[in-house]
Amino acid sequence: MKPFAYHQPSQIPDAAKLLTSIEDSKLVAGGMTLIPTLKQRLANPPALVDLSKLGNLKGITDDGATITIGAMTPHAVVAASKLVQSKIPGLAVLASMIGDPAVRSRGTIGGSVANNDPAADYPAGVLGLGATIVTSTREIAADKFFLGLFETALEVSEIITAIRFPVPLKAGYAKFKAPASRYALVGVFVAKFADGVRVAVTGAGSGVFRVPPMEAALSGNFDPTAVAAIKIDTDGLTSDIHAEADYRAHLVTVMAKRAVDAALS
Amino acid sequence: MGNVIGIGASPKRKEDQRFLTGRGNYVSDIKRPGMTAGVFVRSPHGHAVLRGIDKSAALASPGVIAVLTGEDAAADKLGSLPCGWGISDANGVPMKEPPFPMLAQGKVRFVGDMVAFVVAETPEQANEAAELLKVDYEVLPSVVGVLEAVRPGAPQLFDDVPNNICCDWELGDKAAVETAFRKAAHVAKLSLVNNRLIGNPMEPRAAIAEYEPGTDRFTLWTTSQFPHVVRFLMGALVLNIPQHKLRVVAPDVGGGFGVKQFHYGEEAVITWAAKRVMRPIKWVASRSEGYVSDRHGRDHVTEAELALDETGKFLAFRVNTLANMGGYLSTFGPNIPTNLYAPLLGGVYTTPAIYCNVKVVFTNTVPVDAYRGAGRPEATFVLERMVDVAASEMGIDRVEIRRRNMIPKEAYPYQTPVLVQYDSGDPMGCLDGALIAADVKNFGIRKAASASKGKFRGLGYSTYVEACGLAPSRFAGRLGARGGLYESATVRVHPTGQVTVMIGTHNHGQGHETTFAQIVSEKLGVSFEDVDIVYGDTDRVQFGMGTYGSRSLVVGGAALSKATDKVIVKGKKIAAHLLEASEVDIQFEAGKFSVAGTDRIKTFEEIAGAAYVPHNYPLEVLEPGLEEQAYYDPVNFTYPGGCHIAEVEVDPETGTVTLVNYTAVDDVGTVINPMIVEGQLHGGIVQGVGQALFENAVYDESSGQLLSGSLMDYCMPRADHMPMMKVSTHSTLCTHTPMGVKGCGEVGTIGSPAAVINAVVDALSHLGVTHVDMPATPNRIWRLLQNASLPVAAE
Repeated sequence: MKPFAYHQPSQIPDAAKLLTSIEDSKLVAGGMTLIPTLKQRLANPPALVDLSKLGNLKGITDDGATITIGAMTPHAVVAASKLVQSKIPGLAVLASMIGDPAVRSRGTIGGSVANNDPAADYPAGVLGLGATIVTSTREIAADKFFLGLFETALEVSEIITAIRFPVPLKAGYAKFKAPASRYALVGVFVAKFADGVRVAVTGAGSGVFRVPPMEAALSGNFDPTAVAAIKIDTDGLTSDIHAEADYRAHLVTVMAKRAVDAALS
Repeated sequence: MGNVIGIGASPKRKEDQRFLTGRGNYVSDIKRPGMTAGVFVRSPHGHAVLRGIDKSAALASPGVIAVLTGEDAAADKLGSLPCGWGISDANGVPMKEPPFPMLAQGKVRFVGDMVAFVVAETPEQANEAAELLKVDYEVLPSVVGVLEAVRPGAPQLFDDVPNNICCDWELGDKAAVETAFRKAAHVAKLSLVNNRLIGNPMEPRAAIAEYEPGTDRFTLWTTSQFPHVVRFLMGALVLNIPQHKLRVVAPDVGGGFGVKQFHYGEEAVITWAAKRVMRPIKWVASRSEGYVSDRHGRDHVTEAELALDETGKFLAFRVNTLANMGGYLSTFGPNIPTNLYAPLLGGVYTTPAIYCNVKVVFTNTVPVDAYRGAGRPEATFVLERMVDVAASEMGIDRVEIRRRNMIPKEAYPYQTPVLVQYDSGDPMGCLDGALIAADVKNFGIRKAASASKGKFRGLGYSTYVEACGLAPSRFAGRLGARGGLYESATVRVHPTGQVTVMIGTHNHGQGHETTFAQIVSEKLGVSFEDVDIVYGDTDRVQFGMGTYGSRSLVVGGAALSKATDKVIVKGKKIAAHLLEASEVDIQFEAGKFSVAGTDRIKTFEEIAGAAYVPHNYPLEVLEPGLEEQAYYDPVNFTYPGGCHIAEVEVDPETGTVTLVNYTAVDDVGTVINPMIVEGQLHGGIVQGVGQALFENAVYDESSGQLLSGSLMDYCMPRADHMPMMKVSTHSTLCTHTPMGVKGCGEVGTIGSPAAVINAVVDALSHLGVTHVDMPATPNRIWRLLQNASLPVAAE
C-alpha cells in the first residue's frame, strides 16, 4: 500500500469539497474492492474520504410503494432485513449471495453500485427493479446510471446517499457463480410490475444490461417457459478463462428461467 | 506409568493447541533486532533478453540499503540453483541441465523470474524502490505449452537445448510391447491432458536471513519442508558456506504440499544479501507472488494405448508423454514425470509389458516440480482412464475388467515390468470393500432419481497403487538421485524419564508431533504428554531429508522405532546391573524392566535416573546417559493403494458437476493414529477433486502471462464442494518397514482424479461422451454436451 491522506468528514458537503479539492481522491465505503486494490498497489489515490461518519446513510425504510436503502447499509443487513424479505424477497436473496460473510458484513450497497463492477450482483437488482439512485445532488434513474465497465453517471464530487427501490409484484434473482471468485459469471434479475417486466443481466458483459425480448415475452406470460427459447446474441459478451461468450449467452437464458422460477416460488 | 497413548489410538493432535489458539511461530512472526525488509523484482515478461538494469533511482529512494542483481551474484561467483536429480535418455546421454541463476542473468524465462532484490528499512520503502528499478527488456515470443514448445520454429529458451527438450526419457521393453500390440484382439487409445496445478499452501513462502560476524555464522529461517537439504544445497552448492557455519530453521510451516520441498533462489539471495548488508533481512511473499514463483505441478500431455486380448486381459500398455518443466530445472523437477510416473503404470494389474516415453520440455512458465502425489496421480489418471475406455469399447463391465486383470493377493510380492516390486497388497479386497461402502448395488435407483430431476448421474472407479516412502537410496541413486533418502532420529531420554525426539522429517500440518509421540509412548511405556518431537532446525536436529513423498512415518518413523529399540537395549543393560541379573533375563514391557519369572522390577524412570546419576552403574562396560540415534534407509518403496469410488450428478443445463458421494477404501498398512490418517485422506481427496473439477493454471499463449494468477481466478476446492466422504482402510502390512506402515499422505490425491473423471464420463456416456479433460468445468461440460452425438432435451 502506498501512503495516502485519510479524511473522515461528518457532513456530506465537506466530503464533496474534499473530492473536488483533492484531485484523484477516492471515496471509501466498505472498501471491499478499494482496499485490496490499494494493497496490491494498483491504485494510488492521494487521499481517501471515508463515508462511515456521515449521518443517515445507513438503514432501510419503508415508504409504501418504495423501499429506500441507505448507501452505507451492508449487504448482510439487507439480506437479513425482514422488510426487504417481505417486500422484495429477490433483493434480499441477491444480497445474501454476494461474496462471503466477511464481505457481506463490510461491503455496502452504495459502494457496490458506485463501483459498477461488471460482475457485481447489486447492479442487476438496481437495474432490474428500475431503482432510483439518490445522490448528494440529484436523483438518477437506474437506466441512466450504469454506463458500462466501472463507469457510472456520478460526477466527481457526487456521493450516493441511498437507493430507492419500487416494490414489484414479483421479483427473483438467479446467479451462476464464477467458481473461484463467486462473482456472477451470469446473474439475472427479473421483476414484474403492473406495467411490465424488467430483466437485467450482470456478469455476462462489460456492464449490467437489460434484455428487451425477454421483458416483452415475460410481460405477456410471466413463466419460465416464456424465456426458454430466447437466445442472447454473443456480441459484446465476455470471453475469458472461466467462460466463453456463447456459454455465457446460454447461461443468461438458463438463469432467466431460474430467476422467474424463483420469483414465482 | 502415566498416560500411555499408543499405536491405534486417536488422541487429539498435540500441535493443534498452539495452531488453533494463534500461538504458532511462523517465519513471518519472527522479528530480529535491526531487521530490514527485502522485496524481489520479478520479470513481467514470459521471455525476454535482459539488456540492462539501472539501479540509480531505486538506490536513491528513501530507506534503501541495497539493490542486488544477477550481475552482482555473478561477480561474487555464486553457484547455480542445483537440480537434485539427473536423468538420462535411452542411450545414456544425460539430460540438458542449463544453469538456473538465483537472479536472472542474460535472459528471463518466465513471468516471475527474479531480476533483482531490493533491501530497505521497511517493506513499503522496499516496494517503492522496486517500482523505481529500471529494467531494460527486449521482449521475445513466449512458448508455454509442451506441444507448441517441441514444434519446429518454436521460441527456444536456451541456445544449447534444441527444441526445448531437456531429456527424451524412456522406461520398459519397447519391443515386447510392440509384439504384444501386434497380437492384440483390441487396442484402446486415449489422448489426455493432466492439468497444471498451483499448490497454494495457506502460508505463503517467507524467509529471514541473518549473519553474525562474531561467529561467522549464517542463520536462515525459511518456510521449508526440508531444512537440512536446504543447508546442503545452498551452503555447499550455491553460496559456498561451510555446513557448520550455516543454520537453517524451518519453524511452524503453514502447509507445504510439495511447494516448500525445493531449494528456492529466494533463500540463497536473502542469505547472501544478509552478509552484504550486515543486517537481518525478512521477505514474505504475497499470495500473488506465490502464484508466479511457487513451483507448479503436473502439466502433461499424453497419448496412451492399451492392448487387450479377446477376454479383456491387458497384454501391453504404451504411454507417450510430454511433461512441462517450466523455465528451469527445479530441485526434483525431472524426476517427477519420469521415475515417479512410469514405474506406476502397471497399477494393480498384471499387464506383462509396459513402455513409456517421456519428453521433458522447457517452456516459459514457472518451473514445475513435485506437488502432492508427484507423478503418481498422473500415472494413475492415465491408467485408470485407459481401463474405463477399454472396458467401454469392449463392452465389458468396468469392475469386471478390473477384476480380470488385478494382481491377486496371493501373488505378492509382485514384480512389475517397470522396475518396482510391490511387497504387499490386496486390491481386490479394497475393491470389494468399496463396492459395499459406496452402495453400488443401489446406484441404479439413485441414477433414476437424478434423471427424474433432469440430471445425469455417474459412478467412477479408481483402483490404484502408488509408490511412496521415498526412498531406498541405492535404488534412487541408480535412477539419478544425487542425494540419499534415508531418515534419522535421536531419542533423548531425560534424567527424569521424559523424552525429546529429534527427527529429520518436518511437520507442516501432518500431525507428526502426535503420531511420533504415540510411537514412543507405546514402545517406551512413557506418558504421551512426556514426549516432545523436535524438528526443523539444523542446530537441534542431527540430520534429515525432510518431509515429502509420504515418507515421514515410513522412513522417519522407522528411524524413530529403531532408535527407541536401542534405548530399550541399553536400558536392559542398566536394569540387569541394578537387578543383579543376566541381561538376557531382563524383559521390558509397559514401561517396566523386570527379571523374567520374578517380581523384581525397575521402572523406566528409575533406569533413566541411573543412567544420568551413575553411582551404581557398570561404567566399565557402559557409557552413562540414555540417548540413542538411528538412521534408516528403506529397502524398498512402500505401495499404498486402494479403491476410490466417486458419484457425480451433472446438470445438463449449466454443465455443473456436483460430487454427491465419495468412498475410499485404502491400504495404508499399519495405522498409528486413525483420526490423523482419516484427515490425511480427506485432505488428499479434496485436492484430487480440486484437480478433477476446479483447478487449472492457465497461461496466455503468446505473452506467457499467468491468467489464473489469483484466488479470484484459480479455483481452489472448498468445503461446500464436498459431500461427506466415506473413508476407511483395508490394510495389509508392509513387509519391510519396522511397523508395517505404508504412508498415507498422498493416496488421496493419487486415487481421486481418475475416480471423479470416470464418474463424469459415466454420467455422460449415454450421449457418446468418451473422455473429459480436467478440470471438468461447467463451460467444458456444456461444450461437450453441445458437441455430443445426441441432442440434450430442452426442459
